[in-house]
Amino acid sequence: MENPAADSRPGSAANRRVALIGNPNVGKTTVFNILTGMRQKVGNYPGVTVEKKVGRLAGKDAIDIIDLPGSYSLSPKSLDERIAYDVLMGHVEGEDAPDLAVCVVDASNLERNLYLVTQVIDVGLPVIVALNMTDAAEEAGLQIDVPGLQEALGVPVIPMVASQNEGLGKLKYQMRKEELPPRATRQWSIMPVVDVVLPELMEALEGKVEKKGRFIEALQCLTNDTMLESWENRAPVFHAHVLETREMLEEQKAPFRQAEIMGRYGWLSPLVARVTTRKIDPSQRTLSDKIDAVLTHRIAGPLLFGLLLLLIFEAVFSWAEPAMDLIELGVVNLGSGVRTVFPEGLVTDLVVDGMITGVGNVAVFLPQILLLFFFLGLMEDTGYMARSAFIMDRLMSRVGLSGGSVVPLLSSFACAIPGIMAARTLANPRDRLITILVAPLMSCSARLPVYTLFIAAFLPTGTILGLFSFQGVAMFSMYLLGTVMAFVAAFVLRRIVFKGESSFFAMELPPYRMPRFRQIFWRMIDRSKAFVVRAGKIIFGMSIILWILARFPVSDADPGLAAQRADADQRAESSRVEMVASGMSEEDALSAVETEMADEYYTLDAAEAGYQIEHSFIGMLGHGLEPIMRPLGFDWKISAGIVSAFAAREVIISALATIYSVGDVDEDSPLLRDKLKADTYEDGSPVYTPLVAVSLLVFFVLALQCMSTLAIARRETNTWKWPAVMWLYMTGLAYLFSLVIYQGGMALGWG
Amino acid sequence: MTLLDMKPGQRSRITGWSTPEPPSRLLEFGLLPGTEVEIVRYAPLGDPIDLKVRGYHLSIRKSEAGHVLVEKL
Repeated sequence: MENPAADSRPGSAANRRVALIGNPNVGKTTVFNILTGMRQKVGNYPGVTVEKKVGRLAGKDAIDIIDLPGSYSLSPKSLDERIAYDVLMGHVEGEDAPDLAVCVVDASNLERNLYLVTQVIDVGLPVIVALNMTDAAEEAGLQIDVPGLQEALGVPVIPMVASQNEGLGKLKYQMRKEELPPRATRQWSIMPVVDVVLPELMEALEGKVEKKGRFIEALQCLTNDTMLESWENRAPVFHAHVLETREMLEEQKAPFRQAEIMGRYGWLSPLVARVTTRKIDPSQRTLSDKIDAVLTHRIAGPLLFGLLLLLIFEAVFSWAEPAMDLIELGVVNLGSGVRTVFPEGLVTDLVVDGMITGVGNVAVFLPQILLLFFFLGLMEDTGYMARSAFIMDRLMSRVGLSGGSVVPLLSSFACAIPGIMAARTLANPRDRLITILVAPLMSCSARLPVYTLFIAAFLPTGTILGLFSFQGVAMFSMYLLGTVMAFVAAFVLRRIVFKGESSFFAMELPPYRMPRFRQIFWRMIDRSKAFVVRAGKIIFGMSIILWILARFPVSDADPGLAAQRADADQRAESSRVEMVASGMSEEDALSAVETEMADEYYTLDAAEAGYQIEHSFIGMLGHGLEPIMRPLGFDWKISAGIVSAFAAREVIISALATIYSVGDVDEDSPLLRDKLKADTYEDGSPVYTPLVAVSLLVFFVLALQCMSTLAIARRETNTWKWPAVMWLYMTGLAYLFSLVIYQGGMALGWG
Repeated sequence: MTLLDMKPGQRSRITGWSTPEPPSRLLEFGLLPGTEVEIVRYAPLGDPIDLKVRGYHLSIRKSEAGHVLVEKL
């Protein structure tokens, strides 16, 4: 907007758009939540994974607030920062630049925070500085001369304590004021060799970038390769010009890449020294330092972190269980309730087995997600999250990850869904992606029933060295295999797929703070909402598809079974007639017959269900897959079970129960176990040998048998590419391992 | 002398970087020539390091710290 009249928008601040920006950990989200309340919309920026949060300021003037991702700098190092820069510059497709930028700043860490402020000022927007956490600054003995700071920067500075809701009224007032604060001018100076080349570069941007944004765009392109790349096709002249300039500066041995940073800090350091007074000697240990001495202590630190992990693990693993059971019970009751009201038939089946089950498949994850995000919120809010990364970094760096991956990976032992969501806490996008890709290898709780059934049914009892039970060791081995493979996969991905991308680690250790439970609660709701809305849709849809696959095509009943049923019906009828004849009331006779025939009908129902699934699409898929799965030792029934387990791993048990016609049973059912053991091929050899069981177990450890994981990975990476990669490499691994185990075992004569 | 020659609690001033292209994020975090740095502690497993710089705590790995040239204060 070159026209100054357009800036003032005479009459009101209506339809104004305000961007909220700041470093991570400065309370920006708190400010956003207070300003917008529940009037928030979460989406994605086009084509990228970065979350776009927009909210509306209360009142009738329709002021939209855009919550930009936490950024240390506008010279983008990450996708988050790139988005922040693009939004401020008006480079996002279909969106104008905002009318005003509010910079949230941590008063206790002024110098580094103001670095970003000077960049935002250079973008050319009107700026307001929200000087947050003035209480923390005071505690640290820092006194800030606010009028002095305001004058030095040339923009309004509003002191506040957002966590106590102090000072936000003034901010709202400023945001609503008809007249926007005037744009500040750049006051820092850049080294002369760079200063002389910039005007020419800025000229080359004419017609591409608005005049006020040309300085920062030219400067960023000169010093930042990814920024320059984006102009290669759009402005080849400018692109070539920058490359030439770089070459020239390199010849002069001018450290131009550091020019911006040195220039800004060169101006800021004396400014900050001028407007702050320290009342406490800076070398004095603060309370936060004293806490750190314990929590990051050489021995106590890892020990306490281990205990905390144990607690989180326990919570997600066991505390969530009653709630999950309750949800499952609710789903079952709702289903049978619907069945009593509506007539039997396809539509009712679709509603109960497809839709209600689908909703249940989504809802059942909520207790774990809520609990995990409570703990993650607590860790982030208190500042402990950074310490846990500090403690674990050394171990994780060996496989090319950083300390921040520990919590998401361990959470995945309970369930990969919250684990993958927890990877959001990782600042480095590559680390985050690798963590997401390997998280499903950690043995989640849904694999446990599968392990239980097959280990109990097929592995010998007895002990090793009289100490450890065979079956216990087998169970432990499954967990170990998954974990080891996750680390191997991370290592391979880091060394091969993401090779060559520069890696370094720099992390702020923010001061400890009391947790603000309101914030934590907000985030729990936020994350759960994101899960239900985004991943939930996919899970729900896939549940229905799987139901269709199991239910269709509807086959005519097996003639043998039909005859049996007709016979049973006839006997039931005749015995009812007999009872009535002997003086029993109609009702009593009916219920007596029902009791008498219950077992027979149960067996019949189960057999018919087994027949139906064998002739359904899933049965066909099982038969179709058999040639591929035979080398692993799996027949069509196991293959069909594996296909249905895509809904959720534990579903293989109910699928096998249906196929083996034992009705509705769980993994501890001796009935199912005996059926499996008794099953033979046509030549009389058993379908399940201990070797087949081990092959199947390993398959389940490694394969990505979970549509919900794919759905959440799609949601978190915003593309189907990574879920596809994940599914392919995990299924490939599973196939390879099972193949080697089964074929190797056969060759050794263990079959 | 590099940052790694300093003991926890010791204060030093950055004189430069031993690589021609130091990671710009570290410069943006304020690790510039002339800046005072204190090593607060090493992580329990020996890496990374907790630094105090410009009034806040920053954690970087030894591999980067080894490139930071300092003089003792």
